[in-house]
Amino acid sequence: MIAEPAMASVLNDAAYIAVRGLAKSFGGQVVYGSFDLDLPRGKFTTIFGPNGCGKSTLINMMSGIVPFESGRIEIGGRDFRSANIGYVFQNYRDSLFPWWNALENIEYPLKVRGVPKAQQRERVDALLAKFEITLDLKRRTYELSGGQQQLVAILRALVADPEVLLLDEPFSALDYEMTLYIRDKLQTVFLETGLTTVLVSHDLEEAVYLADRILLLSRRPTRVVEFIEFETSRPRSTEIMSDPHFISVKQHALELFRAEMAR
Amino acid sequence: MSAISVSSTRKHLRIPKFSAVGLLPLAGPIAFFLLWQAVCASHVVRAVLLPTPFATIGYLFDALFHGTLAADAGVTLTRTLLSFAIGSILGVPIGVAFGSSQRLYRSVEFLIDFFRSTPASALIPLFILFFGITDINKIAIAAFSVFLIVMFNSAYGVMNARRARIRAAKVMGANAFQIFRDVLIFESLPQTFVGLRNGISTALVIVVVAEMFIGSDQGLGHRIIEGEQILHVTDMYASILVAGFLGYALNMIFMVLDRRLMHWNGK
Repeated sequence: MIAEPAMASVLNDAAYIAVRGLAKSFGGQVVYGSFDLDLPRGKFTTIFGPNGCGKSTLINMMSGIVPFESGRIEIGGRDFRSANIGYVFQNYRDSLFPWWNALENIEYPLKVRGVPKAQQRERVDALLAKFEITLDLKRRTYELSGGQQQLVAILRALVADPEVLLLDEPFSALDYEMTLYIRDKLQTVFLETGLTTVLVSHDLEEAVYLADRILLLSRRPTRVVEFIEFETSRPRSTEIMSDPHFISVKQHALELFRAEMAR
Repeated sequence: MSAISVSSTRKHLRIPKFSAVGLLPLAGPIAFFLLWQAVCASHVVRAVLLPTPFATIGYLFDALFHGTLAADAGVTLTRTLLSFAIGSILGVPIGVAFGSSQRLYRSVEFLIDFFRSTPASALIPLFILFFGITDINKIAIAAFSVFLIVMFNSAYGVMNARRARIRAAKVMGANAFQIFRDVLIFESLPQTFVGLRNGISTALVIVVVAEMFIGSDQGLGHRIIEGEQILHVTDMYASILVAGFLGYALNMIFMVLDRRLMHWNGK
């Protein structure tokens, strides 16, 4: 018997993450009804849309956290369940393991995969060096600042070489200073690895600032309003926010968003 | 928990630096003994019913070091620890198993709640029927009570584990066993410890009661009831104080263990 991948035809870099006919409702309310989406490989995609449109639900379904009624999600041409996914939760307090120190937290995905202890440590050290991060790895997670905790969560998501990195509003529990710092680190990670990254955001400026592609979603039942491109050189600094191109893209997205809210 | 709240209220009291804050915990006991002494001196209560605190404390140390009080306390402590060990060795794993399956728990919930609410002392005659008037009986009934408390708390600890951490482990590729070992156990540990702490206190209560009413010739419970019956009240008071000290010490040990082992709790 030859097992032919159902979507082999669409497996290309433009559809590294491929969603087909996705259906999901919450308590009788249809959030997604036959939803299709292609996300490109090696790009930084941000998802923005009105409250309750299922931004987080979408990446939660991609990662297998939230089940869906019907449809398929494929990552790298394989069913999402067999994909290696790095996931960063909104709230680091609830997602890190406070009974372990920072090092043990970062190593966990390797431990789960049966990687020998010595190699786990090497891998973490290499990761820290690569992204120029200094962290006291022996500290308990709750002894670290919010930003450092989210950094631990990001490193944990990266340590097992994921195919995609999914982030659910990773800055929402951080103060502004830390938000800027983690945003920069995230850009460094993206530049160094070229990892296919999907970030859910509730801040339009941030969504444009970080993105190669901004996925603008509608109200429920959710559909794609527009998949906006924003390709400028990286690393980007906050000065880009006063750049005319940045402003025009942001303005365009804002108008679409307003029109969507008025519907 | 309570120790944490006490220390924080102490901070709010803004006690001047020169006062001996460290000695404050002694104020209560000293006041208690002064009151006791005052009652004795006033002759409101007959001396035959209430010896002076000094006579009692003096007798206590004498009976501990030269008499049989230490041996009786030892017997009570041994029975308490034994029943606690049996109750928790059975209670923790069974509780975790019940907590892991909502369906399983729902089907036994009423039974657990019912027996948890039944005073263990009400079951003493029943245990006498089954186990006779033996040492095993005292341990069995105390172990039964410990088992219910520990199992109930462990089950709740597992059921109330934060879903977010279980999800996080799942996304990182952990299988059911790994989630159990690396997340569920730790998540349930604080609540399990609440159960263990209540369990050891209950074990002592039941053992002392059982020693009073299930024919025995050793143990603090036996000593207290005998002191009352032959009107050897100094011995009775001394035994009560030792029983109180035992309960206090066991509780303190668990509080220290609690903070050491569950450093993350409440953080």
